[in-house]
Amino acid sequence: MAPDEGRAETALLLRKTRFQDLLDHLVQAGYRVIGPTVREGVVTYDEIHRVEQIPRGWVDLQEPGKYRLRYDKNNPFWFSFTPGPISLKRYLFPPTQTLFRVRRDNGRPRAEAVIPDPPRYAFLGVRGCDVRAVAVQDRVYIDRQGQFSDSYYAKARERCLIIAVECQTFADTCFCTSMGSGPQVQSGADLVLTELPDAFVVRSLSDKGQAIVSALELPPAAPEQVAEADQAVREAAGSMERRVDTTDIRNLLLRNLENPRWEEVAKRCIACANCTMVCPTCFCFTVQEVTDLSGENIERRRVQDSCFNPEFSYAFGTIVRQTVSSRYRQWLTHKFATWYDQFGTPGCVGCGRCITWCPVGIDVTEELQAIRNSDGERGASA
Amino acid sequence: MGKKPRVGVFKFASCDGCQLSLLDCEEELLEIADRVEVAYFLEATRLPLTGSFDLALVEGSISTPEQVEQIHDIRARSRVLVTIGACATAGGIQALRNFASVHEFLRLVYATPEYVETLATSTPIADHVPVDFELRGCPVNKTQLLELISATLAGRRPNIPRHSVCIDCKRAGITCLPVAYGVPCLGPVTQSGCGVLCPSYNRGCYGCFGPAQLTNVQGLVQAYRRAGVPEDELDRLFHTFNAWAPGFRESTRPVPKETEGNTEH
Ligand code: SF4
Ligand code: SF4
Ligand code: SF4
Ligand code: SF4
Repeated sequence: MAPDEGRAETALLLRKTRFQDLLDHLVQAGYRVIGPTVREGVVTYDEIHRVEQIPRGWVDLQEPGKYRLRYDKNNPFWFSFTPGPISLKRYLFPPTQTLFRVRRDNGRPRAEAVIPDPPRYAFLGVRGCDVRAVAVQDRVYIDRQGQFSDSYYAKARERCLIIAVECQTFADTCFCTSMGSGPQVQSGADLVLTELPDAFVVRSLSDKGQAIVSALELPPAAPEQVAEADQAVREAAGSMERRVDTTDIRNLLLRNLENPRWEEVAKRCIACANCTMVCPTCFCFTVQEVTDLSGENIERRRVQDSCFNPEFSYAFGTIVRQTVSSRYRQWLTHKFATWYDQFGTPGCVGCGRCITWCPVGIDVTEELQAIRNSDGERGASA
Repeated sequence: MGKKPRVGVFKFASCDGCQLSLLDCEEELLEIADRVEVAYFLEATRLPLTGSFDLALVEGSISTPEQVEQIHDIRARSRVLVTIGACATAGGIQALRNFASVHEFLRLVYATPEYVETLATSTPIADHVPVDFELRGCPVNKTQLLELISATLAGRRPNIPRHSVCIDCKRAGITCLPVAYGVPCLGPVTQSGCGVLCPSYNRGCYGCFGPAQLTNVQGLVQAYRRAGVPEDELDRLFHTFNAWAPGFRESTRPVPKETEGNTEH
């Protein structure tokens, strides 16, 4: 395990008794700390200030169409849960944003940009899948040549700090190992924390991360501590049961556009769009123009949208994807096939959210396997 | 602007709740009154029904022979006819009669049923005359009503979504009731528009805005059956204000074939 040994050299130790110092330091350094906390029966990402707000000892149960939380008072671990419905997408690409307003001023229209300045977020407790999801969204919203970047997203990203926590337990719906996004975190975060019963092994992957650990003057972790922490993550990775066979998956899907499975899943899928809304990489939005009664004030808004919304495919005066099968096919083939063409990676990071939060429990991993099993079959066209 | 647009507000079989949504727009109402001529609105004025209308807002369903004639008259007088509320767009709660015998109900409820003149069904306005826009809801949402009027005055298409409640529920960051608590919710197959009222108070969606566009009601019925929702509860869920809306209509009950006396003269 060469890379792990390399990482071990720089590993530091953060005792749980000092975790509050980390939170305090982040606030002092001007960050708004967004971390996991329990709200309305689920683990969400929200602003936190105190360690008590972290769902220490809480364990989630997730399966297709079902989410439950339970508290285990004998559990010494602080991060025994996996992501809930909310991802960093909510903060980096807010669900609704007003872009500009136009009002009539002495008969002349005057436009005023109203995009707010993003806060400096410190995202804490981000899992491997969600760290990768941010990298996937970066390719959508940030233009490396700097020409066509989304200004809010790019600025929020530049300012933010990501503190990852590697998973040692996972939900039935997780399949990050298949998508290569977890549970280990090798890149994309500023700091990576790996949990022990009484401390965290801390690794810094960036200058921003280094500045934090230097300020906290963390001691080095003992080699046994590093080995124990890494072993726990490796074991978790090894026991993950849900899998997606990604072999040639792009071509598999694109040669099966007429597969009868699309019709079959369309009997169960209710096109509610929950899967795309909770997906941390789905990036679609629509733009609305709103006037007031006087017609003097106009506002342009951007709101998150979904390919399951029939109007999403409204073009040339009609809705192109009328059938649920065509909309389901759009979603699955975008995530696992055409995303490669657009951005060079899959659009899925294996977080399992779309499986848990589908109210009828449709499971992308099962659908992909069904297509693979019936490769080449043709039904009535979707 | 030249002459102010003439607006009429009309009522058929309904509870007046949707018209009250209009009256509830207190502040904006002054502005509306300024921009349009409210030429007929029994809830607010006592002007007689005369002339033609640029915009007719129609509340209520068609449930008597007399109403069938009236709606044709209003259509003939109106340039744009918009139906407002579940009664006008789907037949309302009173469309539950469509699944049973109205004569049985009459016998049970009234001492002298022969004095009651009624149709066997309660049907939406669009079953009788062409409708330009249907504003859903029980009652309609005030913000949507104002958006509809603003859009009509500005000559643009109203920003009124036809997608599921879930899209707005997720935008609002509300915890999903069926998934997290096992509470049945009609949001996945219901058109959004209420501002996700019930889920934000931990109540499953009641389907006040009727079926979402191109949805799959049967998919949800089957899923709730699999999840063990009792059949009578499921039936009640789909048979309220929008019981007669296509999709909800066939959800859990066999659809009555040719509902007798089905209206058009
Ligand atoms: S497709 Fe599903 S599993 Fe994959 S990233 Fe999106 S929500 Fe997660
Ligand atoms: S799957 Fe649908 S909502 Fe998600 S990014 Fe693709 S087109 Fe957009
Ligand atoms: S797959 Fe599930 S969550 Fe996605 S649109 Fe279909 S029913 Fe809704
Ligand atoms: S609570 Fe209801 S409306 Fe909201 S996402 Fe869940 S099913 Fe949809």
